[in-house]
Amino acid sequence: MLSHGMKQAGNISIHHLQGVILAILNPWVAVGIVLLLAFFASYMNALSWADLTYVLPATSLGYVLLALVAKFALHEQVSPMRWLGIALISGGVGFVAGGPALTAQHPDANSKSPLLAKEARSGVPGHASAASTGAES
Amino acid sequence: MRHLYTWSGILIVVFFSVVGDILIARAMKQVGDVHAIVRRSGVWTVVGRVLSNSNFFLGVTAMAVAFFSLLFALSWGDVSLVAPAAASLTFIGNAFAAKIFLHEKVDRRRWIAAVLVAAGVALLAG
Repeated sequence: MLSHGMKQAGNISIHHLQGVILAILNPWVAVGIVLLLAFFASYMNALSWADLTYVLPATSLGYVLLALVAKFALHEQVSPMRWLGIALISGGVGFVAGGPALTAQHPDANSKSPLLAKEARSGVPGHASAASTGAES
Repeated sequence: MRHLYTWSGILIVVFFSVVGDILIARAMKQVGDVHAIVRRSGVWTVVGRVLSNSNFFLGVTAMAVAFFSLLFALSWGDVSLVAPAAASLTFIGNAFAAKIFLHEKVDRRRWIAAVLVAAGVALLAG
């Protein structure tokens, strides 16, 4: 939808940035942006209860869906290499879906009280602080 | 020389994509299970917790940097190399980073999945 809308909006040059505002007003671009925001909200929701290495392969099903829409709705030619790609992604997602969704321990997650959080942190010495330092570096 | 530029661009895109994903995942684990919080105290509590989380903003910033790096990398190299290489290397990089920084148990099943998906994405995006 974004691609379709931006082609309708025409070329945007660095000297005419008002073209970007006009592009956002294009209904195709607007709907595309709303759908992207919906994707990001769903992605964050999934990450709140599942591992990153569980969620990410699942999001790659979007590539498969895109190829199937291209084939059956837009009647595009899908090459054998792309069918192989679809099979590999589907197999990968099947592999990861057979296992547990959450494996990591996060003692600082969703703490009901600061006291409980403190107890959880002290129960696993250095784990929470090491994780947060590593992620922020 | 052009190859060096292209692969540097790809590695920069992969680096910032992985940093963004790790920080967003970390932020959402700190926020907690969204379903449970919405049932207990409403959707605005979730919004408040997300918007008050510094990892969330750092993650979104890293993702924005990754997006603009991708635009630069596309201007240096062919789209048929840059797009699939960046997308598939991000899956592998995320598996390593999730194991190191998020302490996820990336067992053989998940490594196989990461490699299969990375190969599949490379074939589809190429």
